[in-house]
Parts: sequence; structure tokens; C-alpha cells
Amino acid sequence: MPKSILIDTTRCTACRGCQIACKEWHNLPANQTKQTGTHQNPPDLNPYNLKIVRFREHLDENKVVHWNFFPEQCRHCLVPPCKDVADMVLEGAIIQDAKTGAVLFTDRTASLSAEDCEAIRQVCPYNIPRRDDKTGKLTKCDYCIDRLQAGMVPICVKTCPTGAMAFGERSEMLELAQKRLAKVKKTFPKAFLADPQDVNVIYLLAEEKEHYYEYATF
Amino acid sequence: MTNHWIDIKNSNCVLIIGSNAAEHHPVSFKWVLAAKDNGATLIHIDPKFSRTSARCDFHVPIRSGSDIAFLGGMIRYILDKKLYQEDYVRLYTNASFVVGKDYYFKDGVFSGLDTKNRRYDAKTWAFEKNADGSIVVDKEWKNPRCVFNLLKEHYSRYTLKTVSEVTGISEQDLVRVYDIFCATGKPNRAGTILYAIGWTQHTTGVQIIRTSAMIQLLLGNIGVAGGGINALRGEPNVQGSTDHALLYDSIPGYMSMPRAQWQTLDQYLKANTPTTKFPESANWKANTPKYMVSLLKAWFGDAATKDNEFGYQWLPKLDTFADTSYYSVIDNALHDRMRGGFVFGVNPCQSFANVNKVRESLDHLDWLVCGEIHNSETSDNWHRPGVDPKKIKTEVFLLPSAHRIEKEGTISNSGRWLQWFDKAIEPQGEARDFGNMLVPLMNKVRELYRKEGGVFPEPVLNMIWPEQYKAEDWTKRINGYFWSDVKVGNKVYHRGELVPAFGNLQADGSTSSLNWLYTASYTEEEGNKSKRRNPKQTPLQARLGIYPNWSWCWPVNRRILYNRASVDEHGKPWNPSLPVIVWNGKSWDGDVPDGPWPPLAEKGGKLPFIMHADGVAQLFGPGRADGPFPEHYEPVETPLKSHPFSKQLCSPVYKFFEEDMKKVAEPADPKYPIVLTTYSMTEHWCGGGETRNTPNLLEAEPQLYVEMSHELAKEKGIKNGDGVLLESARGSCEAIAMVTVRLRPFTIMGKTVHLVGMPFAFGWMTPKCGDATNRLTIGAYDPNTTIQECKACLVNLRKLDKLTEIG
Repeated sequence: MPKSILIDTTRCTACRGCQIACKEWHNLPANQTKQTGTHQNPPDLNPYNLKIVRFREHLDENKVVHWNFFPEQCRHCLVPPCKDVADMVLEGAIIQDAKTGAVLFTDRTASLSAEDCEAIRQVCPYNIPRRDDKTGKLTKCDYCIDRLQAGMVPICVKTCPTGAMAFGERSEMLELAQKRLAKVKKTFPKAFLADPQDVNVIYLLAEEKEHYYEYATF
Repeated sequence: MTNHWIDIKNSNCVLIIGSNAAEHHPVSFKWVLAAKDNGATLIHIDPKFSRTSARCDFHVPIRSGSDIAFLGGMIRYILDKKLYQEDYVRLYTNASFVVGKDYYFKDGVFSGLDTKNRRYDAKTWAFEKNADGSIVVDKEWKNPRCVFNLLKEHYSRYTLKTVSEVTGISEQDLVRVYDIFCATGKPNRAGTILYAIGWTQHTTGVQIIRTSAMIQLLLGNIGVAGGGINALRGEPNVQGSTDHALLYDSIPGYMSMPRAQWQTLDQYLKANTPTTKFPESANWKANTPKYMVSLLKAWFGDAATKDNEFGYQWLPKLDTFADTSYYSVIDNALHDRMRGGFVFGVNPCQSFANVNKVRESLDHLDWLVCGEIHNSETSDNWHRPGVDPKKIKTEVFLLPSAHRIEKEGTISNSGRWLQWFDKAIEPQGEARDFGNMLVPLMNKVRELYRKEGGVFPEPVLNMIWPEQYKAEDWTKRINGYFWSDVKVGNKVYHRGELVPAFGNLQADGSTSSLNWLYTASYTEEEGNKSKRRNPKQTPLQARLGIYPNWSWCWPVNRRILYNRASVDEHGKPWNPSLPVIVWNGKSWDGDVPDGPWPPLAEKGGKLPFIMHADGVAQLFGPGRADGPFPEHYEPVETPLKSHPFSKQLCSPVYKFFEEDMKKVAEPADPKYPIVLTTYSMTEHWCGGGETRNTPNLLEAEPQLYVEMSHELAKEKGIKNGDGVLLESARGSCEAIAMVTVRLRPFTIMGKTVHLVGMPFAFGWMTPKCGDATNRLTIGAYDPNTTIQECKACLVNLRKLDKLTEIG
């Protein structure tokens, strides 16, 4: 049974501790960014940001403000389509760790062509993979596989101050997800779990995906 | 905090006002959300819908600077609808005290105003006295001059209609908040108010916070689990630095700074040691002589003797009304009344209000010493944009500072926990911690004094000063030592041993302590208690979330202050399902009580508010500079010409310097129609001096922005992401427009008022990120604290196509 992460966005305060901790743990350099009229920065996933928090706001019919936060990362699909495509070109470029369920882009992705990488990005239902044009490698969240193998939880989970993220056995996380959903639904009747049967990184969203991010679910 | 972080989980209603807790104290939300899990309602009152609002049950926008109107309205609501916890109010507040006949409040002004000097003479605010000097008490609340009736009268003007007009909050929303929060007035329910330093940043800052305390007293929410007034402090160790008298008007342990009218120790002690006629009052401050003499002893050791007033004559004494706050320092620099100085732990040329004045003022100095991790807007002031470095005479010395992780010591958190932290690595390069800058520096001064002599050598040469700085030695000195052999209970303590608790401090010179509040933090028996990490607790403590063996908190490890107010006069908890302390017939269980005495109704029983001379909390508070009752006044720069509460537009006693007043917008000034509020953010710490040099944080928040409503943006032809120029009477500032639904126009007194918000974290030292927002903010100050009104001023703004500060 793989491991899963539950991300309850109704507990997320968008402190971006996870976004920064991810960079720090993976020793990734900073991008030069600009203020463009949003708190969301960097604007998108990139080889140096394997996890970003997306911000989206709207006024509802009662003129109440909603501001949703989406800490985005690879979902570590149970049957990862990225791996299927990569396998057709180069076996071992993308692998899946049986013990943890981690879907991993290896150094061999550098041997994939830019077109292959684009095909892999396009097949991802969540629009996660990004190619590092400098190294030619495909990049994304690696589930902190080094930490998992050392008996630790992913750094984003470790960093979260509010308990928006939980990590554990998939069965436990699915159970926790249902429990949380039942509770959250009392306040947010439209709340739902994003594709829980297909992915290991399970999001609990308070309302429709367009109020978070178009790729929040498929 | 009266309470502590974990205790937030015990609350039935968390009212966050004057704070953006989720963004500025991210970890606080662990406990705020725990309260929500337990069924609490979370309410956020703030001009802007923020990440805090996003996680609350609901958010109510309020016009910046109208907090007292909002809270005063709540007081009226509580009194009108009898929502107060009556037994609590009768027993534990001064509601029954009768105020003297000379007190009055008329047209927004209290009795005793000296308009020329902008000061109140508080004599007329005194309570009426019986022939024996005791305060006249009216337990029936029939006397029209008893505090309860004066309170009612004072806030009778704060109707839903007037409050709504001034705050911009609809009457419906006012009632919604008042109803939910005031439901915690029931004995078995508790509400907490979370605020942060921003609430102090008004010309009425102190009174805003006082109003919140009055509400909590009326609702019986002080001293109980899940209640309290909880100031969220931060990593800058605001709590510890205040305890240790960083502010000019106090000396360690919140004792008054010696002033000119107290020329002798006797005069000082007489003026600062209150007395009471109430036998049930513990009047803890009666111990002031013990704490003061022990402090002098801690400074001067064997040189401090009874015959030389323990060295009192070696202390500087401020003139009676002298203000030496940091804004006075800046004004003194501008007017060439000083030649140089040291700046540590603050970046004045970035973080201070009306910063153009600050930057210019520092140009007048001959020399300046800065201790910094990175070069800052202050240490590099002469290189600032638009200035020719050759024309600035100041010689600047930059001392490289160790980072927090390069030093060891203690930080006092918001819940008053004293927590030791270790050094992770040695300071890099030539960097030193402050102790290793200041100790050798002072030793050099002492050496010169010894060799060459000098003016007034006694304080310099008589003080206890180590050869080398060792953090833990100071932790011990703060706790305090015996200076002669003393018997405590059955144990004899010898000279040089640590004092076990502040109850053992003496006024005869036999003990020392650098801060009486911290005595008991480091003892012979238990060592350095700030290092304790034992989660052991009793079942009652577990229910409360109290960990008495984890670190240590002042005073004497009491985790919830004023906890004697959580029980009735017989020691029975108001809320039996969540008691803080319980009288078992012989002693108290639970938290450490506010003194060991039995419950009030028993022989020797004491009142709970032991830090007040008369043992009760002050609904009528004659100790403040600007009045015994909080009153709504407009910010100094206001979009209004008048307000419905009185004819007095702004506080009659707010502080200013003449220089500041030359550049102030008129009330309802058509040139500056928009309210500006300023704030911090999660990603940058304070003025950003450290975090702008942390690439990953700069990546997340790279440049200065101004948050504005869609309505204002449309009016000004501004689109999201456009460049904007903001102008106030004092300066201008570029920013990127962040057009958002999270800010909306207010309707104030029938007219539309726009409010915009900006962070103050960006400065010119970081290329192309923008420059100080504080070029816009105003130099007007609270009369009690001289804290600047950077939460509300007036600006105008327009679209700017070509930006020079932001790239």
C-alpha cells in the first residue's frame, strides 16, 4: 500500500511555508520574479519551484469574498500517465517507487527530447511536469523520496503549521479524508475530494475547481 | 498575552481585530483552527480581507482608525442588553467606585485639559474619598457618578447608527458580531481578542486596546481559559524586550523610569509604591521597594549600599514630561541637538513613519554606528536615491551582526514563556552577537575612565560588568542572587546563590535581580528553567493545554494571568467544565494562582487584579494620558470634517513635532481623498532588511504593491498590475496595483471613502523592488507611547506608465 498526502485546503492559510521549504530542502535557486498584481509568485511551476501556492479570489452572489489557496504539487498518480508515455521512449526515465507510490523523474529524463517532454507534460491531467532547459531534465515534486527512505515525512507536510497537510498510509489518509470532508461539508456544502481513487496527493476543496485552478482535478 | 498560544483552542469565539494573525503569526492559526475544530466562531474585523479572513467564519471590513467607535458600540450593546457577567463585574472591576465631583466629559474633551501644553491634569479624574481616605463605593450602582453609570452615559452616544456611519460597517453586521461575541458573557463561555502591534499604531492606540480590555471585563473573559486580551508578539522578542525595558519610560520589570521630580530613592519609592485602604487588595506593587533595590543591587553590587541609596544617584533622571522615544531622537538629530548614536535591531530609514524626515535627520549626525546582518537603508543612508554622498558628513560604522541562529540565549514568547535557544553555528566572518559587541565596548569605556578619568565616573565604574559576554551568566543575573546569607523557610541561602522566587527579594540590599518578573527562572534547585522540555501535566492541566514543566513563564510560571478572576468569591470556577484554578479547601489546583491566598470570601482572601492598588480591574482608568474612558477620535489625517460622537475631531492630546505638522492633509482634504493603511506580510519580516536578502522569500514577494478595490481602480483607470504613483502631503511612492475584491469602498457618513493598503517591507537597498512606503505615512503619535499612526493617513494616487523605483 503506497503512502498518501491529504491536503485540506480549508485549513490552508497560504503562508507558503511548504513552497519555501520545498525549495530549501531541494536546494533550488530563486527565480527573479515580478509583482504583477497577485500574491501568487512565482506565477507557475518551474524547474526551481516544484511546489507553489496558487491564490484565487471571487465574490459570491451574496457579495461574500472567497479567497482560495491551492498548494500545488505532483499528485503521484496510482497509474501515472507520464510514466506510460516516457516508457514508450526511454524505460527508466520515469519510475514509480513500489513502496511509497512516489512517481520519480530520474536523471535519464535528460535524454528525452524537448518534444517528448512536452508530450509528457500534455498527458499529465494536472499539468505538472516542467522541463529544465538548461539540463534537459524533466522536473516535478519527488515526494521527498530521500526523506521518506530515511523515515521522515515530506518537507511540505513537516512545515505546515496549521495541519492542512497530513501524510501516512494511503488507507489511513483516505479514511481521514472522508472524515474531514464530512465535517467540512457542514460549512462548505460543495466541498469534495479531488480524484481520491486515482492519486496519492488528495486535495479537499471547498468549492468547484474553477475557484482554485483549472487543473485542480481532471 | 494574558493567556498563551495553546489556550486559544479553549475559546468559544475568537475575535481577531487589529491583527492579521494568519499572515503575521502563521503558527497562531494552529490554535485558532483548533478552536474552530472545537466549535468556536472565528471573526476577523479588518479593513482588508486577508489570508486570516479566508479562514475565519466571516470577515467584516472596518475603516482604518475607527476601532474605538466599533468597540464603544459593543460596550453600549453589552450594557443596553445586559449581556455583561454581572457578578464578575460587581466583584472584580471598579464599576462600583464613585468618581469625584470635578470629573466631567464635554464635547469630546475630559475635564482637566491644558490646551496649551496638550496635556490632561488627571486630578479631576480621581475617585471620591471617604473621610478616612478610602474610595467611596456604591455597590447598588445608584450613584450617577459610580463608574458603571458613567460608563453607560459615556457610551450612550455609540449607537448602532453612529457606529455604522463612522466605521463603514452595516448595522446588520455590527449586530451579528456583537451578538456572537457578547454571547461569551455567559459564565460558561469564553471569548478571546487577538490583536498585534498594528493596533498600537494609531494616535488612539493605547485607548483602542483599553476598550477591548473593558469589553473583556464586562463579559467576564479575563483570567479564564479561552479568554483574555492576547497581543500576538513575534520573533523580534517584543515581549522580552519590553519586559526588560527597551522603552524609554520604564526600567526592567515595568517600573517607572526615574524622573526629575524623584531626586532621591525615597522620593522615587514613595511615588511609585501605591497604597490601598481595601484589606482584600493584595496591592502587589507595594513590593516596589524590594524590586527596585534588588535592581539597583543587580546593577551595582557591593558598591550599592543603604548609605548611598543603593546607587540611585548614579541613574539618569528624565525631566518630568520628557519624551526620549525614538521619534524624539530623530527630531533631535534633525535639529542638531545630538551628534551621533547607535542603531541596533531596527532600520529607521525604512521602518519609521514619515521616513523622508528620518532619512534627512540622520544626515545631520557626525557619526552613526549600525549593527546589522546586511547593509540597510539606514547604514547606507548617504547612498539613497537623489542624494549626493559627498555632501553628507556622517561617518558610519557598520558592525556585522550575528544571525539569530549564530547565537544562544532566551526569547520570551507572547505567552510570556522564557525559552532557551542554542547556537546552531558560530557567527560567520567577523560577525558578533550584541553581547559580544557591547560588553567589550563598555569595557573599553571603563578602561579609558580608569586611565584618564572623566565626567561622572561612578555609574560607569561601579556597575557590575563582565570581562566577557556569556549569555547564561546574564540569565542568572536576571533571576538574581543573594548578597548576604538569608534564611528562606528552613533553608539558608548563602551569598552568591540564586534567589528561588521574587517573594524572597528584599529592600535591604541582601538580594539582587535584573528583573523581578523573571526571579524563579533560574534556581539552585532546578537550574535554567528556560531549558525545560518536559511535557508532564496533570489531567486538569492537560484539558487546559497547560504544560507547567515545559520552559518557564513569568510570573512564577503562571500560564493564565489574573486567573483568580476565573472563580467566584468562594473559589468556585465560573465555568466548572473548564476551570483554570480550583480551591480544594486548603490550596489551589490547576494553574499557579495569582497569589496563594484563599478565595475572596474566606478569611485572608484577596481580590484577583493584584497589580492594581485596589485589587479590581479598571473600567474607569485614570492612569492614561488621554482620558479615563476611551473615546473615538479621527486619525490626524481623516477623510471626515466631523464625526457624530463629539465636536472634537482628533485627540486633543496626540503628540507631534512641529516639523511633522508642516506636512499634514486637511480634514476631508480634496487633494488627498483616499485612506492609506500599511502592514507587514508573511514573506517579509518587518521592514524587510533581512528577508529581502533571502532570495527565496524575495522570489515569493518581490516588489511593492498597493491593494485597491475594483471600484477605485476603475475610477482611476488603473488595471491590475499597472504602475501607480501614490502621493501624500509628505512624499510620493511607486507601487504595482493589486486590484482585488478583498478591498471594497466604504460608505462613511454618507460618502464613499476608498481605502488602499500597502506593505512597508520594500526599500531601495534591494534593486528595483520599490522604496519605502513610509515616505507617505504620517508623523503623529499616541500620547501615552509616542507610537506612530502608520495605520491611517491620506493619499492620492494615479496610474504611472514609467516606473523608476520598480523594474
